[in-house]
Amino acid sequence: MTTTAPAASAVAPRHQSPVRRPSLLRLTAVELRKLVDTRAGRWLLITIGLVVVAVVTLLLIYAEDAEQTFFTFFVTSLLPVNVLLPVLGILSITSEWSQRTALSTYALVPRRERVVTAKLLAVVLAALASVLVTLAVAAVGTLVASATGGAGTWQVDATLIVNGAIVQVAGVLMGAAFGLLLLNPPLAIVGYLLLPTLWSVLGELVRPLRGPAAWLDTSRTMEPLFTSHVTAGQWGRLAVSLLVWMVLPLAAGLVRTLRREVS
Amino acid sequence: MITVENLTKRYGPHPAVDDVSFQCDPGTVTGFLGPNGAGKSTTMRMICGLTAPTAGRATVSGRPYRELPNPGREVGVLLDASAQHAGRTGREALTLSAYTMGLDRREVAAKLDLVGLNAVAAKRRVRAYSLGMRQRLGLAQAMLGDPRVLILDEPANGLDPEGIFWMRGLLRDFADRGGTVLLSSHLLREVEAVADRLVVIGGGRIVAQGDKNELLAGGGTVVRARDDAALRQALKVAGLTAADSADACWCRPTPRQSARRRPMPASRSPSCVRLAAAASNSSSSP
Repeated sequence: MTTTAPAASAVAPRHQSPVRRPSLLRLTAVELRKLVDTRAGRWLLITIGLVVVAVVTLLLIYAEDAEQTFFTFFVTSLLPVNVLLPVLGILSITSEWSQRTALSTYALVPRRERVVTAKLLAVVLAALASVLVTLAVAAVGTLVASATGGAGTWQVDATLIVNGAIVQVAGVLMGAAFGLLLLNPPLAIVGYLLLPTLWSVLGELVRPLRGPAAWLDTSRTMEPLFTSHVTAGQWGRLAVSLLVWMVLPLAAGLVRTLRREVS
Repeated sequence: MITVENLTKRYGPHPAVDDVSFQCDPGTVTGFLGPNGAGKSTTMRMICGLTAPTAGRATVSGRPYRELPNPGREVGVLLDASAQHAGRTGREALTLSAYTMGLDRREVAAKLDLVGLNAVAAKRRVRAYSLGMRQRLGLAQAMLGDPRVLILDEPANGLDPEGIFWMRGLLRDFADRGGTVLLSSHLLREVEAVADRLVVIGGGRIVAQGDKNELLAGGGTVVRARDDAALRQALKVAGLTAADSADACWCRPTPRQSARRRPMPASRSPSCVRLAAAASNSSSSP
């Protein structure tokens, strides 16, 4: 056998360029790129944009003239986008496992919690961007409305825009949380769409559940955010529902992702 | 350098990898040989921090893999060529890795060139790649960060004979420039041509390891027992000479046969015989 120690030190000096770990900013940029560098991802984002355009167009055609306001355009567009954003969150997390890219991703960044953090940041940025797109399309709609005889008023509370952003960010994070927990795209999408809906239906049907449902059903706790005045009690209910549907699955999913064997 | 110390992985009561230890030194190619399901891939995943070991540890360049600040710059990993996003182009897959590692974009083109994926191939989606092309892409990804260590799991799968010949040259050159290569295969012939050292694994345990020429010379037999002392005694009684290897004895019928440099046909490669039952009668280990 050859001697090992001298050989090792003979190679060591070659390793002089400073090798730093990739920053969170860099990892987030990589994850943002992953959102758009496949056809599926690109079309999901384009669909989100098209949905906003479709909603505003429909409102311009069918809504009463008095309702053709910036407020209506903005608030009405938030809802369909809020259905699609969680899918983006889910796919961003689960496609690593379904496409098996987790193998090279976690080989390059073995601290998996950093990858997960970057993914969460990336989808939150995407959600915020969707709010900007919604604002922009609503603004174009308002201009068209004022030119075609609609009300075209611009009156909107700044808090409403902030609330809209909160709704979208919460939605995308809930999706990501389900993705982290279930790590499988169809399962996570079905789980995300089915469980809260099932819970809403049960809350309506079963009398004893009505009380808890007011605290735990996100579709009900988020409703006040589409108005500009949210009471302290409503914030409380929102916080409790997000704790159950977002924070808990995020925490459990993170533990699962960190421990899972990558193969 | 790769150091593996007493690495063990159990799935339930079943040990997939059982107390595996070996070392890969700079300037050498180590062939990691064993049949399918012997524990090669599990061992490699544990080295790369992708699977948590039940016991033992592994280091790359003196550090546990998970503690390497930017692992891609230190060690190139190709564990499964099919583990690529089918919807990304070859170039895009490399670009993501290059950006993660903080490399210049030009590295992507250089490595695509190195593995022989031309501009047309690089623009196609991985879905349309043959296994051989995926292996080339995986090799480009592994070498992207100009690492000092390569860990490759069956990289010759799907390559045509010309591709295999080319890859051997690439790995030999990498090692000759001071790099460390760990290369797995289930075929002795495949690694024989390029490896300096062999580590043979079977049923999750190391059955033989050492210099390739030494292992392939002589036509000896590896014997292993739960009680080493009893085994050695039994061999002595039988009049067989035995040398110690990792955790086994290495028996040669006669010392005359040590014509070491003679290339051996694959059919005469060392067979592995377990004498566990024979020696376990006198076993007194806890």
